[in-house]
Amino acid sequence: MFADYMLNAWVVATIVAVVAPVVGFFVVLRGSAFVAHAVPEAAFAGAAGASLLGLNTIFGLGAFALGASLGIGMLGRRGRHDVVTALALVMLLGAGSLFLGWSTEYAPEIYSLLFGEVLGVSGNEIGLTALLGALCLGAIAVLYRPLLLTSVAPELAAARGIRNHRIDMAFLVVVALATTTAVPVVGALLMFSLMVGPAATARCLTDRPLHAVVLSVVIALLTAWASIAAAYQTNWPVGFFVTAFAFAGYLLAHGGRWIRNAYSRPQAPLAGESAA
Amino acid sequence: MIGDEMRRGDVLALEGVSVWRGGRQILDEVGFSLAPGEFTGLIGSNGAGKTTILRVVMGLLAPAEGTVLVNGRPLARRNRSVGYVPQKVLIDPDAPLRASDLVALGLDGEKVGPRTPSRQRRQRVEEMLDAVDATAFADARVGNLSGGELQRVLIAHALISRPQLLLMDEPLANLDIRSGQEIVDLLARIAEQQRIAVLLSAHDMNPLLPVMDRVVYVAGGRVAVGTTDDVVRTEVLSKLYGHQVNVLRVDGRVLVVSGSHVSLDAIPRQSGAPAADASVEGR
Ligand SMILES: Nc1ncnc2c1ncn2[C@@H]1O[C@H](COP(=O)(O)OP(=O)(O)OP(=O)(O)O)[C@@H](O)[C@H]1O
Ligand SMILES: [Mg+2]
Repeated sequence: MFADYMLNAWVVATIVAVVAPVVGFFVVLRGSAFVAHAVPEAAFAGAAGASLLGLNTIFGLGAFALGASLGIGMLGRRGRHDVVTALALVMLLGAGSLFLGWSTEYAPEIYSLLFGEVLGVSGNEIGLTALLGALCLGAIAVLYRPLLLTSVAPELAAARGIRNHRIDMAFLVVVALATTTAVPVVGALLMFSLMVGPAATARCLTDRPLHAVVLSVVIALLTAWASIAAAYQTNWPVGFFVTAFAFAGYLLAHGGRWIRNAYSRPQAPLAGESAA
Repeated sequence: MIGDEMRRGDVLALEGVSVWRGGRQILDEVGFSLAPGEFTGLIGSNGAGKTTILRVVMGLLAPAEGTVLVNGRPLARRNRSVGYVPQKVLIDPDAPLRASDLVALGLDGEKVGPRTPSRQRRQRVEEMLDAVDATAFADARVGNLSGGELQRVLIAHALISRPQLLLMDEPLANLDIRSGQEIVDLLARIAEQQRIAVLLSAHDMNPLLPVMDRVVYVAGGRVAVGTTDDVVRTEVLSKLYGHQVNVLRVDGRVLVVSGSHVSLDAIPRQSGAPAADASVEGR
């Protein structure tokens, strides 16, 4: 499973598993999981369209992801995107299926855009993935503090002169970039689980923002590596394992927290109850 | 406008500030000024325009007319000399952010680029938490704090960048009487010790009476300014409201009750007209 042709898979999955949860930490913090779901769908539609026109699929994918992010950001004012996002989401899925319907050959390449093709990553995709990933991480590192403040308390951010809408738009561009990085590898549907799953798990486990970011990355790496290994062993699709492991991690962390809380509660019944 | 003269060395001076929102005039020629170390209550009922005044002072809302000077200079968007605690701050209890993290963001939350963690920084956060008696819950998640605890953390967040003016929007709204009194005492202490001007909005002035140096009374978008004894009087407030109100003093508490709703036609209400007697002009 560490043969030469598998090497690319390990490298690319590792890059994605570092970038996705770092971006995802803020996606979860801002409560924009829905946007993170819609942008990869846009990427899928863009790739399907590009392949129909005989263009580079990565290009079409990136263009649609960026367009969807900016569109959602501009239409949904004040950081509330849910209605616009929902409309964009179904519209993009529809467009994607239309493009697929028009396309004469049912390209497995496009199928892999939805569900990922970690085991078939080519060498020249690694360079692009690494570059876009580095861009995302750089942008998050630069914006870290204002992004953190606008995400938890926009009123406080505005009081410090931070322009919430600009930060919002910048962040949506980063989501689009991260999606472009990852969709060709893990697929539109699965990108979402690597972004949101580990970050949601990590924040049950720590109270510190920076620790939560690091922990999300660790969880995502374990998820991605375990998924590749399991896919290699079983020959089942890697996407199944990614989503299953991400969800299992989330359930475990929440279950753990629930048990901890249950035990830390005072054992003695309340005065009123004992009298009854 | 019932206002006061601008004084030298004022931290804040508003003059003739008018604001329209949604085709309606919200503020009508509002003017007042604050000196360093002064504790001022911004008093008015719901919808009177308190938050609007504070947002104008923060530079979050541009007035259609009038000037706002902070330390004698026109407002800049990010003014380090003004700290602000908004009326509503909702923080997700699931967000991994401790009270001390939020206070640290008050130091440099608007700065881009990676932060260099330093012992000095951490020490300043600790000192600030100590100054507002928040050390006990420094490591708790912000979203899980009680109303009074959160209020302390927000004050620390606003004060850690050492502003000269602290704006508090209804900090007492969700607190019981005891926590409210603690917050008021804390702010009065800070104002006095650090020479910070505090402008605190409230719909009930009673908790503020022991500490309030001056009052800016807001009604219908206009203000009356002066000491409590000057402003909170039947004649002055009746003119401000434009109808009869009665100021009652019972057991050291002040009650402002609406009178018989007979409008006092004798009182000129056109904007800009000096609607008060001389006793509230100046200080
Ligand atoms: N964006 C807006 N568009 C239209 N009207 C507005 C807007 N913002 C505020 N107002 C109106 O301005 C008036 C003053 O509002 P403001 O929030 O300043 O009152 P307040 O004194 O802070 O009241 P409260 O005690 O309820 O917080 C209200 O009547 C409000 O409806
Ligand atoms: Mg208000």
